[in-house]
Amino acid sequence: MTLKVNLITGRTIDQGVTIENKTSSDYQEATAYCELNSNDAGKVGKPGSNIKIKTAHGEVVVKLKENNGNPDGLAFIPMGPWANALVDPDTKGCGMPGFKGIQATIDATNEKVLLMKELIARYK
Amino acid sequence: MTVITDALCPFCGCTCDDITVVVEDNKITEVKHACKVGAAKIKGHHRIKAPMMRTDKKGEFREVSYDEAIEAAAKILAGSKRPLMYGWASALCEVHKKGILLAEELGAIIDNTATVCHAPSTLAVHEKGLPSATLGQVKNRADVVVFWGSNPVHAHPRHMGRYSVFAKGFFNEKGRRGRKVIVVDVRKTDTAAMADEYIQLQQGSDYLVISALRAILAGQAAVVPDAVGGVPKEQLVKLVDTLKAAKFGAVFFGMGLTQSISRYKNIDNAISLITELNAFTKYVITPMRGHYNVTGFGNVCAWETGYGTAVDFARGAPYYNPGETAANDVLLRKETDAAMIIAGDAGAHFPADSVRHLARIPVVQIDPYWNPTTEVANVVIPVAICGVEVEGTAYRMDGVSLRYRKLIEPEHPTDIEILEKITERVREIRGD
Ligand code: SF4
Repeated sequence: MTLKVNLITGRTIDQGVTIENKTSSDYQEATAYCELNSNDAGKVGKPGSNIKIKTAHGEVVVKLKENNGNPDGLAFIPMGPWANALVDPDTKGCGMPGFKGIQATIDATNEKVLLMKELIARYK
Repeated sequence: MTVITDALCPFCGCTCDDITVVVEDNKITEVKHACKVGAAKIKGHHRIKAPMMRTDKKGEFREVSYDEAIEAAAKILAGSKRPLMYGWASALCEVHKKGILLAEELGAIIDNTATVCHAPSTLAVHEKGLPSATLGQVKNRADVVVFWGSNPVHAHPRHMGRYSVFAKGFFNEKGRRGRKVIVVDVRKTDTAAMADEYIQLQQGSDYLVISALRAILAGQAAVVPDAVGGVPKEQLVKLVDTLKAAKFGAVFFGMGLTQSISRYKNIDNAISLITELNAFTKYVITPMRGHYNVTGFGNVCAWETGYGTAVDFARGAPYYNPGETAANDVLLRKETDAAMIIAGDAGAHFPADSVRHLARIPVVQIDPYWNPTTEVANVVIPVAICGVEVEGTAYRMDGVSLRYRKLIEPEHPTDIEILEKITERVREIRGD
């Protein structure tokens, strides 16, 4: 099924540890995932499976993770290029894009998670 | 083997100054006392070895000499009508000074990573001021500590230990037991799990909840509905009582406020709440600044240009209007026709449409590491790591300036040297 969520992005400690090492698989592991609580996660797959997230601004494939700190309907992706494929660029007249509070849909997918290089290559 | 004690960590806005570093043969072999984020930064890893260039962004880079790369960078910038110079937060103040000089020379826009972090806080501070204090004051005095939309366990791992929660202070001998910790967040973060009181609000309702707290504080609880932003009124009333009972309250806020709908208005409202709380007891509020020297860029830029960031030199005099002159504004309007990205990673941390525009224009990158910005760059100039291989000044999140020492000798030139050479060449090309 297609799950509708409100998406936020933000820091995590492992995103911080790998931030100066963005060509590494550790960085991908630390940032190319989306957290949902187990109730929501169960609707789109098993932890570790691939999910496709779409917003009005783009789409991206990441790994599914569970985090029961999230309320129902709230998705979290660590900040980074995978999250930023989805965020709202509108700076609302103050210079700051919309990194939190983006309407998104999530589906299970067989597509693979793009490497950082492949992800950025989509923009060229 | 050399042991350096009381070194500073050049990663997050805590700028911890108690790090021990062991150096053998000009290599850092051990880092003690830092959190794992700081240790990873200080130890470093695979660097870009030599400058690289390419004309076709889909093609491979070829290694070039520093002179060649500097020449190409100067040509790109001197030939640009609307250059953007972005990044700066992972560099020292001495680098910022040189960058601002070059921006003025070029008539460029200069903006820093605060633009995707705490620049909205600066906008709020313009309107309301910032009743704040040093982290030392918080450590010594705070008995109520609020984290609003910030998650220090992940983003500032030693903040709670060194300054705000667990630290024992002059008037707080009990440390953690002497402080009441409140976390306001949309999800139960690891920080929230450690709090005495967790307030879960609906995403995007911070402004409403702050307004409700202000109403209750003003004795107007009657006008507050039964629940605000998903938070029951009783919990808000109780929170106001707790806030008022503090001898010294400290509020730390993060991107939960700056990046949600309402942006700077959230902070504006939060500062008003703090001002009003000061009618009852002592309160301070501090933004949880991300990079170790993002605060430094704001300071250097303010004293050099009159504005903290997003400064446009196109008119020949500094002009500032975030929403118009911030990095993402000019990229999204496709106004920028060349960019220099230095000590920050727009490729990773800007929305896709901004990166798409960077992929269409000439980009010069100055950075020690290969990252998404490298993927859209034409000229890449690797440099020494500020705060590890370069000494200089940085500003902690509370505005305290600290001096970083050089821990090891650099194998690459510094940002300062590169910027000086580019500026010199830009002047020659333009015939000044
Ligand atoms: S808390 Fe911040 S400054 Fe302190 S060691 Fe960790 S990353 Fe470095």
